[in-house]
Amino acid sequence: MLDKLYHAIVEMREPEALQLAEEALKSGISPLMLMDCCRQAVVEVGQRYQSGRYYLAELMLAGQMLTQISALFADSSWARAGLMLTEQMLKEISGSREESAAATEGEGGQRPKLGRVLMGTVKGDIHDIGKNIVTFMLDINGFEVRDLGVDVDPQVFVKEAMSFQPHIVGMSGLLTLACESMEETVRALETAGLRENIKIMIGGAPINEQVREYTRADAWGKDAVAAVALAKKWMGVA
Amino acid sequence: MLTENWSELTSCERFEERFKRWMNPPGVEFASSEVRQAYVERTQIIKEAIELKKPLRVPISPIMGTFPAAYGGITVQEAMYDYQKMSDAYYKFHRDFQVDTLSSTFMAGPGKILEILDYRLYKWAGHGTPPTSSYQCQEGEYMREDEYDLLINDPTNFWIRCYLPRVFGAFASWTALSPFTDLVELPFVGAVMIPMGLPAVRESLKKLMEAGEAAIEWIEAVKAADGRITAEIGLPALFGGFCKAPFDTLGDTLRGTQNIMLDLYRRPGKLMEAMERLVPINIDMAVRSSEANNNPMIFIPLHKGDDSFMSPRDFARFYWPTLKKVLLGLIEEGIVPCVFVEGSYNQRLDFLADPELPEGRIIWIFDKTDMRAAKEKLAGRACIAGNVPASMFLAGTPLQMEQYVRDLIETAGKDGGFILATGAVLDDVRPENLQAMIEAGLKYGRYS
Repeated sequence: MLDKLYHAIVEMREPEALQLAEEALKSGISPLMLMDCCRQAVVEVGQRYQSGRYYLAELMLAGQMLTQISALFADSSWARAGLMLTEQMLKEISGSREESAAATEGEGGQRPKLGRVLMGTVKGDIHDIGKNIVTFMLDINGFEVRDLGVDVDPQVFVKEAMSFQPHIVGMSGLLTLACESMEETVRALETAGLRENIKIMIGGAPINEQVREYTRADAWGKDAVAAVALAKKWMGVA
Repeated sequence: MLTENWSELTSCERFEERFKRWMNPPGVEFASSEVRQAYVERTQIIKEAIELKKPLRVPISPIMGTFPAAYGGITVQEAMYDYQKMSDAYYKFHRDFQVDTLSSTFMAGPGKILEILDYRLYKWAGHGTPPTSSYQCQEGEYMREDEYDLLINDPTNFWIRCYLPRVFGAFASWTALSPFTDLVELPFVGAVMIPMGLPAVRESLKKLMEAGEAAIEWIEAVKAADGRITAEIGLPALFGGFCKAPFDTLGDTLRGTQNIMLDLYRRPGKLMEAMERLVPINIDMAVRSSEANNNPMIFIPLHKGDDSFMSPRDFARFYWPTLKKVLLGLIEEGIVPCVFVEGSYNQRLDFLADPELPEGRIIWIFDKTDMRAAKEKLAGRACIAGNVPASMFLAGTPLQMEQYVRDLIETAGKDGGFILATGAVLDDVRPENLQAMIEAGLKYGRYS
């Protein structure tokens, strides 16, 4: 049954996936096993996105399937620990950052992470879709991501970098004004003496090599796939 | 309808009629015959580029966001609220740079009207974004998933009673209004008026009148500001109006990115039906503004059909068919769709080269799409433009800009059918880089 569920999620058959999940729970399969199956399916969806078979539409639908499946046993408090990872993914897709950050902070005892990434859309820019997808893709590829949301002031990046001790800082922006804010944020990290130990990646519509040079970030990526590749390379797991 | 025999004219005759009006704008008194001559030449080279001819030179038409305000020494907030300052800033920008087209002050946006109506779809300078920043859309689910039929059955009624109350604080009470289509026989007249008497609705009607007054003040300022630039500098407005791809009307305005993507899977039939309903609405919007402004060029920014948003199959099924209908509808009316292809469309070029789209009637303004490939696919079919990246204006040098423009004209501008434009709306610009773009356009853009 879990095998069928896996395929229903991966193949974007939403009604079937929901029905199978419900049946699985009724038949006594533990929520933890169920969620592990869902997690594997989402990882596969992410990989299909990575390889160009899937697009934004499929990522979003996968996230929605998870939301609904986890809602099937949301009342069951003992299952919450196992749900955390999944919930975090959903939040990333749907862009609800506060709870996502809480999920990252709250739970220990998950699989060892490849590295810590601090993410945010920079000051003055309120667009979050690209940032959410990068966060999601980094997460399913094994990174611990703290997502600061949108319109993030450089000083907030600095403060959070001090407490979270990220290996990588990722900055996103859709508007051209984001380029200035990214430069300002890099400068703030430099001033705070944090720059040496952090790799910085930037991305978004106006971002290219010229902007990377201008902002003094370490690298730029054209999409979430590039962000994952960069992060893995920097953590020596490429 | 521009002429009495409009319905008898072919699309080509309509095209010519619209350009005739654009090239001889009624009511404009040019400062001198030289300025008039410059205006006519500019419209002529743009027309020839659209028609895939080799004009005298490549038209130069960077697309402006907030830069004219910044260059004129005012904040974006000032441009939205102080029309005299806005007018002076835009005049200074156009006088100093002498590009080939006018960036209308219309696009700065009327802050006062937005405030009166408590507009919530956007944040703008001083109202959620810093005084120096451009306005930004606040995505949301402004049409619920169970409301497709309401939209499909009667879009205007949906707009008035469902959508507007959600995006304008001032219209929150309009959920109580009766549809005006109830006004069919004498006994119902009174019934339809009842909600108009509710205190909240009466308050909203006062706001509407206030907004109307503010709009008259604003449009007079816009007309005067743009008119002065046209009359004294000889610049035609690049765009005479605006419409959208039906998928984007739904995705940007009503459902939001996430929901529209889910709708591809969850309710494809309703989505397609709704998009069909939005085709004539978008065409009508474009035709009216084109006629009001005596300008055949209609700006259509594309948002959610980009390479990364959906598969080529979904693009073919969902995004393209109704966009194509809008394009064909506009071309039939003699209007030139100026389609701003945001993001990258490298997987979509075969669609854009659709042989059913008449030749020489569209401008595709590209952002990050490969321009060499675009030229190959669209040569002999449609004018292409765009691609100079925003980063070049902010972080480049004049020399880098010159080389970029030279290369772009060599590939995308070869044999005409090309307009030199930006791949993004420009906010942050180093003036010397914009100057370098213009100079390079003049230097390398001569065909004769």
